[in-house]
Amino acid sequence: MQTENKINPQMEMAPPAANIGVRGWLKENLFSSWINTLVTIIFATIIYFIVKGILTWIIYSADWQVVSSNFRLFFVGQYPLEQLWRIWLSLTIVTLLFGFTAGIWKGTVWKLTIFLSIVFLLITLLPFIPLSAKLWLVINIISLYLGYFFINKLPKNKVITVVGWFLSFPIILILINGFNLLAPVSTNLWGGLLLTILIAVVAIVVSFPLGVLLALGRISKLPVIRWFSIAYIELIRGIPLITVLFMAQLMVPLFLSEGIEINNVIRVMIGATMFSAAYVAENVRGGLQSINRGQFEAAKALGLNSVYTMAFIILPQALRAVIPAIVGQFIAMFKDTSLVAIVGLIDLLGIAKTIVANPDFLGKQMEVFLFIALIYWIFSYSMSFASRKLEESLGVGERY
Amino acid sequence: MKKKSILLLLLGLILVFSFALTGCGSKETNDQPTTTNSSDSSDASSANSSAPTKISTLEKVKNRGKVIVGVNGKLPGFGYVDSNGKYTGFDVDFARALAAAIFNDPDAVEFRPLSAQERFTALQTGEIDVLIRNTTWTISRDTQLGTNFAPTTFYDGQGIMVRKDSGINSLKDLEGARIGVETGTTTELNLADQFRKLGIKYEPVVFEDSNAMVAAYEKGSLDAWTTDKSGLVSRQSTLSDPSAHKILKETLSKEPLGPVVLHGDDQWFDIVKWVVFATIEAEELGITQDNIDSFMNSDDPVVRRFLGVDGDLGEQLGLTKDFAVRVIKAVGNYGEIYNRHLGPDTIFNMDRGLNDLWTNGGLLYSPPFR
Repeated sequence: MQTENKINPQMEMAPPAANIGVRGWLKENLFSSWINTLVTIIFATIIYFIVKGILTWIIYSADWQVVSSNFRLFFVGQYPLEQLWRIWLSLTIVTLLFGFTAGIWKGTVWKLTIFLSIVFLLITLLPFIPLSAKLWLVINIISLYLGYFFINKLPKNKVITVVGWFLSFPIILILINGFNLLAPVSTNLWGGLLLTILIAVVAIVVSFPLGVLLALGRISKLPVIRWFSIAYIELIRGIPLITVLFMAQLMVPLFLSEGIEINNVIRVMIGATMFSAAYVAENVRGGLQSINRGQFEAAKALGLNSVYTMAFIILPQALRAVIPAIVGQFIAMFKDTSLVAIVGLIDLLGIAKTIVANPDFLGKQMEVFLFIALIYWIFSYSMSFASRKLEESLGVGERY
Repeated sequence: MKKKSILLLLLGLILVFSFALTGCGSKETNDQPTTTNSSDSSDASSANSSAPTKISTLEKVKNRGKVIVGVNGKLPGFGYVDSNGKYTGFDVDFARALAAAIFNDPDAVEFRPLSAQERFTALQTGEIDVLIRNTTWTISRDTQLGTNFAPTTFYDGQGIMVRKDSGINSLKDLEGARIGVETGTTTELNLADQFRKLGIKYEPVVFEDSNAMVAAYEKGSLDAWTTDKSGLVSRQSTLSDPSAHKILKETLSKEPLGPVVLHGDDQWFDIVKWVVFATIEAEELGITQDNIDSFMNSDDPVVRRFLGVDGDLGEQLGLTKDFAVRVIKAVGNYGEIYNRHLGPDTIFNMDRGLNDLWTNGGLLYSPPFR
C-alpha cells in the first residue's frame, strides 16, 4: 500500500484519523512521548484537584451574603443613598458616549459594548439588587444601544463624540461633588469602586499630557527645561508610589502654611498623577527616540518649524509606537490606586477591609477579596483587550 | 487622513483640557481655606501655647457644623462601616456622643478613617479635631507628640489564647509551650518580659502576620498565641469552633485606649473628657437611653446637677446645660455602648473586666459632676 502511494502521487488519501482533529492535537501536544505523557498526567491531576477545590469552595463553602449585603458599599462606598441618582446619571453619560463611540468606530468598542451590556444585565438579574438600581441599569443598557444605533444619524457625529468625552469629565465631577450647584457630597463620602475609578481616571487623563510635555522637555535644547524634566522624572521614578502617597498624606499638610488645607482625596490624586506622569514621560521618550532622524530632516526640508514638526510629524508617530507601553502603564496605575487604602482612603480595597471588620461578616475575607479581585480583573482585562485591538488597528509593530 | 485629524484634535483637546484642569485644581485649593478652614489653633509650632487671638477648637467646630473625628475604619467592634454605609462601633459611638453634646445631633460627625501611621499627623495638622482610634496612652505620646489623652474608654491588655482541653489555666501552666506571636510588635517584647519575670521557659514561634499565626494555632502546631485581648476575642469568633478555645485571665501588658486631642486648647480637652465621664457617670447613676426622661424630675441633687436641671455645669464647659442628656439620649451610657458593640449580645461576648464601674471592681470612675 505504502509503496503504491509513493509512486502514485495523484492518489489522495485523508491523513490517518489519529493525526487530525482533537485526537491528533492531543497526541501531538500532550502525549507525543512517554515523558510528555507523564507530565500531562501529573499536571492534569494537579489541575483537577485545584479546580475542584476552588469550585467546591466557591459553590458550597463560601458565604456570599457578605457580598450581597454590602453590594452598594463596594461600588460607591458611603455615597449618600438619596444622592445616588447622580452617580447613575454619570454612568448613563458614560454609557451613552460609549455607545456613540461604538457606533462610529465599531470593532473593539462594539465588542466591549456587548460585554458591558451583558455585565449590566447580569447585575440587573441578581436578586438582591433594589428596584431603583435595576431601573437605572436597564436605562444604561438602553443608552448604550441607543448611542450605538443613533449616532450615525447625527451630523458631525465624530466631533460630537470626541467633544462629549472631554466635556463628560468635568460634568461628572460636578455631578459627583455637587460643588455649589447641587447638594455638596464631600470627598470623605466617596468610596469603593467610585473612588478607585476617579483616582485612576484623574491620574491617567492628567498625567498623559503632563508626561508628553515632560518627555518633550527632556529632549529639549533649553537647559533649564531639560534639567528640570530630567530631575523630576528621575526623582519620581526613583521612589515607590507608596512613598509619594505617604508624602502627600503625612508631609504635605505639615509643610503647608497655616490656613491652607488641601483635601486628602485631592492630595492623593495629585500624588498619583505626578507619579504616573514621570513614567508616561519615559514611555513617550522611548517613542520619540524610535523616530528616524530622516523624519525630522524631511519636516525641516518642507519648511515646518519645530512646533509643527513635533505636533504633526513626530508626536503622532511616536505616540502610536508606544501605545502598548502607555496602556500598560495605565493598567498598572489603575491597580496601584489600591495603595491609597494604606493611607486611609476607602477605595475598593479600603472598603473591602472595612467590610470584613464588620462583626456580622468576620472571617469572610476570602469572599470579599475574591470579589474585588474579579472587579479589578474585569477593568484591567478590558483595558488590555482594548489596547491590543487599538494596536492592531493602528498597525503598530508593522513596518511603515 | 481623517483619522489623523481626529487624533490630532484629540491630542489638542487633551492638552487644553489638562491645562484647564490644573488651573481649576489650583484655584480650588486656594478657595478652600477661606470656606472650610479658618486659622486653626492646632499647628504643631503653636501646640504648646494657646494664643488668645486664635479661634478655639469649639468655635471652629461650631462654625463648621460638624466635628471631624479620626477613627479606625477596620477594627471589628470598634470601628467599621456597616452594610448601610454608616460608621459603627465602640469608638465611633464616643465620636457620636461628642457630636451630640455639641450639636444635639449624633450624626454631625465627619469620620476620617486613619491608618496607625498617619493618625498623629492628622491631629497635629488640625485635619481632625479629635482622635478616637484605639490609641494607647503612653507617656511619650502624651508629652513628645504634644497630645492630651482624655479618660480611657477601653482598658485593653495583652492576653493569651489556649485550647480548652489543653489543661492550661494560667501562665504557669504554659511551661515549655509553643506560643505564637507577631514579630516586631510590643506583644513580642511583653511576652518575653513577663515570662522571664515568672521564670517560665517557653518556645516563641514568630509570625509575620496574624492570619498565618491563627491558622497555625488552629492546626495545632501552636499551644497558644498572644495579642491584645480585644483582638483575641474578635479572632476567637472566627475560629471554626470558637467554644473550644479560651482566653487566659492574666493580662501581660497595659493598653489603655482613649480619645486624644492636641495640646493647647484646654476647653476642648475638657469637653472631650467630660463627655466620656458623662457616659460613665450615667451608668453609675443608672440612667439609660430609655429611662432618662423619668430622671428629669428626680429629687436627687446629684442627678439634677448631672442632667443640668439644676446649675450650669454644661455651660461652664462651653456647651449647654443639658449636654449630658443629649449624650445619653444619643448613644446611651457607657454600659449600653459597651454592650451594643462588645457585650453578651454581640459575637464578641467580651467580659467587662477592667472596663466595669469602680463599684463593680472595674476601673471606670468618673469625678463628681459638681
